[in-house]
Amino acid sequence: MDSLRRLEKEMKKCVRCGACRAYCPAFLETGREPAVARGKIAVAQHLLHQDLPWDGLTREIMANCLLCGNCTMNCPNEVATDEIVIGAREALAEKRGLPFLARAVSTVLRFPRGMRLGAAIAYLLSPLVFRKIPATSGLRLRFPVPFLGNNRHIPPLASKPFLSSCPEVLPGKPGAPSVVFFVGCMNNFVYPQIGEALLALLQGMGCTIFIPKGQQCCGLPALSGGDLETSRRLAEKNLAALGSFSADFVVSACASCGGALHKFYPAVLGKAFPELQGQAEHIAGKTLDASTLLTRLGWQPRGSGSGEPLAVTYHDPCHLRARGVTKDPRDLLKHAPGVKLVEMEGADRCCGLGGTFNVHHYETSMGINRGKTAAILRTGAQAVVSGCPGCMMQLSDGLKQQGSAMRVMHTLEVLANE
Amino acid sequence: MLNKGTIEKLIGIVGQANLLTARQDLVCYGYDATQMEFLPDAVVHPADPGEVAAILRLANAEKFPVFPRGAGSGFTGGSLPKGGGVVLVTTRMNRILRIDTDNLVAEVEPGVVTEKFQQEVEKLGLFYPPDPASLKFSTLGGNVAECAGGPRAVKYGVTKDFVMGLEVVLPNGDIIRTGGETYKGVVGYDLTKLMCGSEGTLGIITKIIFRLLPLPEAKKTILAIFGSIDGAAKAVSTIIRGKIIPTTLEFMDHPTIQCVERRFHLGIPSTARALLIIEVDGDRDLIEKQSEQIRALISPLDLVEFRVARDAPEAEQIWKVRRSVSPSLRDVNPDKYNEDIVVPRSKIPEILRQIEAVQKKYDVPIVNFGHAGDGNIHVNIMIDKQVIGMEQKAQEAIREIFRATLNAGGTLSGEHGIGLAKQPFLAMEMGPEQMALMKTIKRAFDPHNILNPGKIFPEANEAAPFPPSLR
Repeated sequence: MDSLRRLEKEMKKCVRCGACRAYCPAFLETGREPAVARGKIAVAQHLLHQDLPWDGLTREIMANCLLCGNCTMNCPNEVATDEIVIGAREALAEKRGLPFLARAVSTVLRFPRGMRLGAAIAYLLSPLVFRKIPATSGLRLRFPVPFLGNNRHIPPLASKPFLSSCPEVLPGKPGAPSVVFFVGCMNNFVYPQIGEALLALLQGMGCTIFIPKGQQCCGLPALSGGDLETSRRLAEKNLAALGSFSADFVVSACASCGGALHKFYPAVLGKAFPELQGQAEHIAGKTLDASTLLTRLGWQPRGSGSGEPLAVTYHDPCHLRARGVTKDPRDLLKHAPGVKLVEMEGADRCCGLGGTFNVHHYETSMGINRGKTAAILRTGAQAVVSGCPGCMMQLSDGLKQQGSAMRVMHTLEVLANE
Repeated sequence: MLNKGTIEKLIGIVGQANLLTARQDLVCYGYDATQMEFLPDAVVHPADPGEVAAILRLANAEKFPVFPRGAGSGFTGGSLPKGGGVVLVTTRMNRILRIDTDNLVAEVEPGVVTEKFQQEVEKLGLFYPPDPASLKFSTLGGNVAECAGGPRAVKYGVTKDFVMGLEVVLPNGDIIRTGGETYKGVVGYDLTKLMCGSEGTLGIITKIIFRLLPLPEAKKTILAIFGSIDGAAKAVSTIIRGKIIPTTLEFMDHPTIQCVERRFHLGIPSTARALLIIEVDGDRDLIEKQSEQIRALISPLDLVEFRVARDAPEAEQIWKVRRSVSPSLRDVNPDKYNEDIVVPRSKIPEILRQIEAVQKKYDVPIVNFGHAGDGNIHVNIMIDKQVIGMEQKAQEAIREIFRATLNAGGTLSGEHGIGLAKQPFLAMEMGPEQMALMKTIKRAFDPHNILNPGKIFPEANEAAPFPPSLR
C-alpha cells in the first residue's frame, strides 16, 4: 500500500478528461474503460481507499497495461500512469503475492549468478510459453513448455551470449569519446548481432567502449510485475557496474533497457529506495539510446550504397518514443546510402508486446499487433526496422503469423551493413 | 439496486460479455471530466438500436434509470449515474454508414469519434467543422446530445448547425426518425433541434445525419499579441465589424499567458497583456488578403506583435500556445471551476473588466481564455479545495460572474451544458414558466423519468427550488 500512498498526489492530477482514450493501445483494442489510463487510476484510487477487492479482476485490470507511456505523453496534466500501474502491481504483490509469471521471472532473475544461460532462456521465453487462460479464472497458467504450437514464432537463441564473447574494455583512439554499453538480456541472448553492430559503429568512430561484466538484467520485467525488491537488487548491481567505468556516455541498444536506466530507475526505484536516487540520476543523465549517441557523435556512412536500395519502414518503440527519440533513428536511416525509408501509417503505435502484457492479455496483445502488421505490410518495404529487440520479436511473430517473410532488423544492423 | 432477474434480462439483450457488474468496472463508468463520481449498478454496451430499444422497454417496465454515455468526457456530469441504475455506453455503435458526396451529407452511428469522422470526410475533400477540444476522443453522439461547440464556431457554428436528421430511441423503446437529409423541411415540430443539447434526457441517439461542407482550400494562422486586455477584446469586434469572419478567434488573458510562459517558455514577449490566435480559411488569395486586412484593422489597438505562420510547423507552434493552457493552469492551484459563459461579442471588454473586479473582491485566481470570436469565454477559477473557505469563495465569485453575464445579455453555458454541475444556477437564467414548459416536454417524452433522471432540472423541492438570492 505504501507504493500507492506514495503516488496519491500523482493520481490526483488525473482529472478524468478522457484524452488517454485516444492514445492507449489496450483501450483502442478493447474499447473498455477499465483498460484506459483514467480507468486504472480510478481503480487505484479506490484500492487506496480500501473499497475495492484485491482480487483476480483487479490484478487483470492492472496487468492490462503495456507501460508504453503513450497516455502520459498526450495527457494534459502529464499524469505518470505507468508509475501508478507499477505501484498498483507492487501493492497487489504485497497483498496477494506475485502472480505466477512474475514469480517465475523474479526467481530466475535472482538466480545466484544472475543471468545464467539456462535461467535466462526460461526467463526470456516465459512471456511466450506461460499463457494465462481464461482471464477471469484467476491465475491459472498453462505451460506445457514445448506447446509453442498455436502459431507462435520465437527467435532462436544465440549459440553464445554476447557478453561472454567480448572483452570488458575495447580501447579506442585517444581523445575520442568513451562509452559504457549496457547490453540487456535480449541483445545478450537472442540478438547478439545488434551488440556487434554497435561495437563496429562505435569503433569506426574511435570510441573507447566498456562492457562491464557485472551487468545484469535491467530489472524492468520484475519492476513491471510489481516486484520492486528484485528490480532494486538488479538496479544496485547495474548502477555499480556501469558506474565503475568513468565514461562520457552510457548507451543502450534496447529501448526498454534504456527506458529503465533513463526513466524507471530514478522515477520509480529512486523514489521507493532513496539510497539509490543519487546514482540512479547520475547514470540516467548519461544514458542515451544508440541512435541518439550516433547522431551526437556525427556518424557518417562509409559506403556509397550502389545498387538497388533496401526499402525499410521504421517502427517507433514505445520506450524510445516516450523519451522523445523518434527523429534520430529516422535521420540515421535516411542518411544511410543504401537505404530508402518508407513511413508506415501509425509508426508510433505500440506493437502490442508490453513485456509480460503479452502473456496476461495475449488476445489484446495480438489484436494490437494485427493493426501494426497490416500497416507494415502496406508499405511494401523489404524490412521493418526498430530500436528495440522486444518489439523486433513481437513484429517477427506478427509477420510470420500473417505468412510474411519480411526481414525484421535493428536500426544498428542496417547502419552497420550499409 | 437492480435485482437478479433484471440483470438476467439485460444479459439476455446484450449478452454476458457486454454487461458489467463487477465493482471495478462500475468504478470506471461512474466519472466524467467533472471529477464527480457515482457508481452505477450495471454497465451495458448494446450493439444496435434494437438492443437499445429493448433495454429502454425493460427500464420502463421495471422502472430503473438508464444513463446514456459516449466517451464520458463531459464537463457537467451529463452522463453520470447519480442515484444508481444502468449506464448505457454507445461506443460499440461506431460505424460511419455513408458519406454522400452528391448531397454533401453523411450518416453515422453515435459512437464514432469526432476526429475519426473529420479525417474520413476530409479524405473526400469534405469538411465537418465542429471541433470541440475533446475531438480526439469524444463521440459524435455525445457531441449532439451536448451540442458541442469549439473554436471554429465563430464562422461555422456548433454541432446542431450540422445535424439534419436523427434516429432516436425514445424512453419507452419506440424508435423514431427526425428530420432527414433534405436541407429544407417544415413538416411538424423540429424535433431534431430539440434533441440537440437535450443532454440525453429525451432519447438515445442511434444514428445521425450530418450536413457537410467542401473543405476550404487553405488556412492561415496568426498570433496577435496585445499590450492591453482592452486592445485584444476590442480587436475581436473590430475584425467582425470589418466584415471578416475568421474561422477561429481564440483569446488568452494575462494570467493565462503567464501560466503558459512559466511552464513552456514559448517566447511570448513580457509586454504581452493578452493575445488572440486568429485563423482564416478559404481560397489562397482570399486568406492572404484577409490576413493583411486584419493586420490593418487591429494595428491601432495596442498591438505588440503580429505573427503570421508561413507553414504548417509554424502554425503548429502558434496552436501550441493555446494547447499549453490546460496543463499549465494547475501550476496556479490544483482544482478548478471551469465555466463557459457566453456574451454578445461586443460585450467582451465589459465582461472581462467585471470578472477582474470579481477576482479582486474575492481574491481567487481567475484565468480567462477561450473562443472570444463567438463571445464564449472559459472562465477558470483556480482553487485549492484543501484551503478552508476557498471553495465557498469560488462559488460566490461564480454567482457574481453569472449575474454579470446575464446582465450583459449572455448565457451561462455555451457548450458544456447544465448536467449536474450547473443546476444550482439554472434559475438565474431561466424563468419558472419556461422551466415548467421544459419539464412538461421531458414528461411527455419520458413519463416514468427513467432516462438520465436528475439532469438539467434540479429535482428537489419543486415549489421553490432555489433560494431567493439566486433569482
